[in-house]
Amino acid sequence: MDWQAIWLSIRLAFCTTVVLLVVGVPLAAWLAFSGRRWRFLVEALVALPLFLPPTVLGFYILLAIGPRSPLGALYGRVTGSMLPFSFQGLLIASALYSLPFAVQPVAGAFHAVDRKLVEASWCLGVSRMATFRRVIVPLARQGIATGAILSFAHTMGEFGVVLMVGGNIAGVTRTISISIYDQVQALRYDAALETSLLLLGFSFVVLAVTYALQRRVWIWPMN
Amino acid sequence: MADELICRVRKRLRSGFELSAELAVPLAESAVTVLFGPSGSGKTTLLRILAGLEDPDEGTIEFRGTAWFDSARRIALAPQKRRAGFLFQEYALFPHLTVAQNVGFAAAGGRAAEMMKSFDLADLAARYPREVSGGQQQRVALARALAAQPVLLLLDEPLSALDAPSRLRMRAGLRGMLVASRIPAIVVTHDRAEAIAIGDRMAVLVDGGVRQSGSVQEVLRHPADAVVAASVGVENVLPAEIAGREHGLLTLRIGAQHLQCIDRGESGPFVACIHAEDVALSRDAPEGSSVRNRVAGRVVSVVVEGPLARVELDCGFPLVSVITAQSAADLRIQPGDGVCAIVKATAVRSA
Repeated sequence: MDWQAIWLSIRLAFCTTVVLLVVGVPLAAWLAFSGRRWRFLVEALVALPLFLPPTVLGFYILLAIGPRSPLGALYGRVTGSMLPFSFQGLLIASALYSLPFAVQPVAGAFHAVDRKLVEASWCLGVSRMATFRRVIVPLARQGIATGAILSFAHTMGEFGVVLMVGGNIAGVTRTISISIYDQVQALRYDAALETSLLLLGFSFVVLAVTYALQRRVWIWPMN
Repeated sequence: MADELICRVRKRLRSGFELSAELAVPLAESAVTVLFGPSGSGKTTLLRILAGLEDPDEGTIEFRGTAWFDSARRIALAPQKRRAGFLFQEYALFPHLTVAQNVGFAAAGGRAAEMMKSFDLADLAARYPREVSGGQQQRVALARALAAQPVLLLLDEPLSALDAPSRLRMRAGLRGMLVASRIPAIVVTHDRAEAIAIGDRMAVLVDGGVRQSGSVQEVLRHPADAVVAASVGVENVLPAEIAGREHGLLTLRIGAQHLQCIDRGESGPFVACIHAEDVALSRDAPEGSSVRNRVAGRVVSVVVEGPLARVELDCGFPLVSVITAQSAADLRIQPGDGVCAIVKATAVRSA
């Protein structure tokens, strides 16, 4: 079994989950509580990776982080290396690809927090930020856990985006699903079967745990 | 600075309902002000506006000389800055925190322990809100609000979440707690009995406007107009003492007079309520009548309103009677006349 690829996928999934918690929780809060009229545009944008073919998403990300793009050029100037076909580039792509999986359950859970509890906290003199930390986040912890688990699991299995942005470099960008693809291409069906079974078992366990935690995983926060 | 809460606000809701309320609450002399009105009259909206949870379209709110809201000067203080403790109908206790953590949520140093003690919550400290009764939840909510040292308490239908027996039990208790806190309180209710039991002052809200405000007794006894009279429902509210009980009847002493009513097992201080329509008038005390209560009095005023006449009497206590204008004319009732007020025992009810 390609342990190097498995370890790389776990590292990537872990880092993606951390990035998505840092980025996704504030974004989910904004989606759940903002009264802006153009909120629906952001909602659609966040949900886009659910519907876009991974190759299309990967292609755009590749262009966006390439050395000719402002972002890629800036990264190159600061670090002296390039984003495409690197672990860092893969991380950006994974985070974007799994964004809806992190944001949707968290925003749903934020939205489900009883408004009166939030108002009660305000009337007790507790600031908006402290109320978010002390009332909203603890009451939405199941949704946050669900978002984290789904982000991790989704990243573990991704293929198209990884191939477009990261390519197939052993130890750097060759994730578990690309390794399986390689094994099949090389007609090493035994190895492919073994690795696939591992991923199947892992995915099932993750989903079972998620559903045990919270029944409503797919509720989009639409009031 | 005037020790007053002055509020003049207008707000149009999406439903088309318009709240246009003027309210002045003298904070020093009245512990509890009741915001009274039928459901849909805008009471809760007004309370939320006072708390800063909703902004009016225009107007001003001034508390002890500080502007809380002023549309002209673009002032709208956040709820955190107003420090008005708000008690929600369902109490809104934080479900992920214990009773003690709820009370301590925003407590100023040492206040939490003090509140836990004075609200008798020590035994419940480690329990979660769902594990305590409705009445206990109310105490926790009040303790939590007071621990944050509010300048004003706002209570939205504080007894409505309780079942009927606990509601009756908590009524007097709630007033006791509010008075003891020494923080002025505004209590929203649509229940007349609750208003009488809890309030010192009362403002009547009908269709989004404050129609009348004054002491509870005053408003009930002298409704400003027919709309207020209809919404408050009863004109005669008489604090009484129970002087005796026999054969299923209670004898009440009101001043020097006695009234009888059905004994429903009440005890302690009694507030007798009599609809003005249930008070008949006679020139002389009738003989051979089934009516138990005949009280001599003097006519103070007679006001004819359409087919009805509203007669105010002085019987040692004020008593209002509504009779037909025709009867008033037939009896030739004039201010200063001596008359006999006749009230069936079944028409005298406890608040």
